[in-house]
Amino acid sequence: MDFEDAPEEAVFRAEARAFLEANAQRRKPGEVEGYRRGQDAPGAMDRAMAFQRKKAEAGFVGIHWPKEWGGRGGTQIQNVIYNQEEAQFDVLSGIFGIGIHLAMPTICVCGTPEQRERFVKPTMRADIVWCQLFSEPSGGSDLASLRTRAERDGDEWVINGQKIWNSGAHYSDFGILVARSDPNVPKHAGLTYFILDMKTPGVEVRPIRQLSGSAHFNEVFFTNVRIPDAMRVGPIGGGWRVALTTLMNERHGMRDSPGPDFQELLRLANQLELEDGMAIDNAAVQEKLAEFYVRSQGLKYTKYRGMTALSRGGTPGPESSIIKVVAANKLQDILSYGLDLIGMAGPTMGADMPVAGIFEEALLYSPALRIAGGTDEIMRNIIAERVLGLPQDVRVDKDVPFREIPTGSRG
Amino acid sequence: MNFDFPDELKQLRDEARRFLTERCPTSVPRRILEGPEPYDRSLWQAMAEMGWTGAAIPEAFGGAGLGHLGVCVLAEELGHAVAPVPFASSVYLATEAILLFGSDAQKQTWLPKLAAGEAIGTLAMAERPGPVKAAALSANIAGGKLSGTKLAVPDGDVADFAVVAALSDRGPCLAIVDLAGPGVTREAVITIDPTRSHARIAFAGAPADLLAGSEGVDAVHHLLDRAAVMLAFEQVGCAQAALEMARDYARERYAFGRPIGSFQAIKHKLADIYIAVELARSNAYYGAWALHTDAAELPIAASVARISACDAGWLASKENIQTHGGMGFTWQMDCQFYYRRAKLHAMALGGTREWKRRLVAELRKSNTIALAND
Repeated sequence: MDFEDAPEEAVFRAEARAFLEANAQRRKPGEVEGYRRGQDAPGAMDRAMAFQRKKAEAGFVGIHWPKEWGGRGGTQIQNVIYNQEEAQFDVLSGIFGIGIHLAMPTICVCGTPEQRERFVKPTMRADIVWCQLFSEPSGGSDLASLRTRAERDGDEWVINGQKIWNSGAHYSDFGILVARSDPNVPKHAGLTYFILDMKTPGVEVRPIRQLSGSAHFNEVFFTNVRIPDAMRVGPIGGGWRVALTTLMNERHGMRDSPGPDFQELLRLANQLELEDGMAIDNAAVQEKLAEFYVRSQGLKYTKYRGMTALSRGGTPGPESSIIKVVAANKLQDILSYGLDLIGMAGPTMGADMPVAGIFEEALLYSPALRIAGGTDEIMRNIIAERVLGLPQDVRVDKDVPFREIPTGSRG
Repeated sequence: MNFDFPDELKQLRDEARRFLTERCPTSVPRRILEGPEPYDRSLWQAMAEMGWTGAAIPEAFGGAGLGHLGVCVLAEELGHAVAPVPFASSVYLATEAILLFGSDAQKQTWLPKLAAGEAIGTLAMAERPGPVKAAALSANIAGGKLSGTKLAVPDGDVADFAVVAALSDRGPCLAIVDLAGPGVTREAVITIDPTRSHARIAFAGAPADLLAGSEGVDAVHHLLDRAAVMLAFEQVGCAQAALEMARDYARERYAFGRPIGSFQAIKHKLADIYIAVELARSNAYYGAWALHTDAAELPIAASVARISACDAGWLASKENIQTHGGMGFTWQMDCQFYYRRAKLHAMALGGTREWKRRLVAELRKSNTIALAND
């Protein structure tokens, strides 16, 4: 039992580190990445694209993809190692995540050779940026209840409807889209999956201003949008299975939440003076610090267990399914406690606040992390049903033609 | 990355699981709960024959030489079975104290007997409610004689000897006392978990054999840290068993025309328990690594493992009762075993409040703080 890289892993890590040292800035010690904070900075997108191109040329995009997809043919553990190293550098790769982690694996597994040929290489090089057109006002967690229509017209499909929560739709070149091709069959059976060129006439992107004031995601409206049948992924009516391939990749990632963690709370406790001395010397503060440290470590070593499985050529065990829900909740609990310690001055935003103002900033973006990519509630259902083997909830809309499913008045 | 137990210890775990499923179903702790026996002697004997009692003891002293990772694996399975045996007292505490601080002669005297299961040892620490302050113990040792009273000594009624924490003129220390010898009176006490017996022990000038290396507060903490990691595995096993019991019931019990496990109120509760158990398991692994490698991080790793395991045990054992509803609160259901044992474990080496304070103190000593201050 140890935490050491296997010899070949150490070689790969050194290679990744050398690439990063040559092409990116190392984060300063103690510097924290705000949630997509960097994306709003002037020139950030151009820098991100330039880096992505170099990363692709150096073979660090699609590390664990097979060579026939255009990947490196490496291992999952190499992918994790690269990401560990990249996290220490000031690079913005999240905006390419939908293309790299969701769209490409789906197209490579379920799409045609022509689609693979056309999209994979340019996507790896950031020549094509993707958005995900899945959720709708009527269904996020209940994705299969989506209503956007796809009607066949010769060699084309005509799309009408609306999507929502589409990160980056305003700068994306293509989108992966699920639409209802048959409302007369039960909901999961009537869906079809498409690739949509975002410049097609009839596509309208409207930004949604978030609780934080930023606008990173959008609503997308479709009015008689035409998609060639050649851009269909998988069979007609087979869209749910294709979408599951995408979602599996979305939820597979052993993702942490960006923002204040134990270390930042500790920095705060070292800086703040309470009624009776420094916060770090206060017994009540110490107890909370200990609790957060325990949770933080539990998460870290759960990831290490998953990495060990990858390192041995296996897949992470079911314990990896807890990471997202634990990380997002820990973030909210830590930031709330940090603000509580700061007290009356706490509402002020800005880099001159304690620990560069990350507690205040995290307050405003953290709710998203408990929703995006599977809500806490959906994640708990997944743990309960797939890991613990509990029975599915009663599905009143199962086996009912989609058009007969009742809908509420909200959405 | 190799953050897992080696294959041969995974096999040991499977063997232990098979053995205990067969030999220690819940009817066994129930027999101890309801009957006069303080522990299951024949189970203890069988464990000794398989080398479990000597798992951490080197072969030179009659042990199985499986190392501490081996003890961790066995502890998890014993916790899962809520086994009514003095394993924690004898192995994590008494054996460990002698391995750490014993002279060659003391090792020669005790380790072969401990390995063979012929001697049961324990640790006697607590003297009053509230945290044990090693530097302010009432028990004292002078001229090789020990006086003082120890409360709730685990297996104190059946142990052959106790490692007793006391003050000498050179500060806190540990000494071996023969519990069958002169100057020792002990009486069994009823605890929250009668499947593990405890005693109040009064020492009045009892002959005490000082463990020479054990002087000082740090030495006592070091012993508790090592024990905390092994106990954390037992706690994780116990919590896992409570989770499995709740899950099985939720699949079979019907209400409102459907299994209660199909209701999200139950699903999400069990998912939360799963999360707590897996975090505790991961933290216990970290503790095992620190124990196995004698890492400088042991005090931190042990505190983290202990706090996490106590949380998971409490959550799993109380929510297992809740999932069972009124049946869960009955004498006839097995829920009580996990509930009693989880809280017993959580108090055994001191409550989590104490360990949280200690964790922060250790973090402040370590580089973690230096990094945070830059």
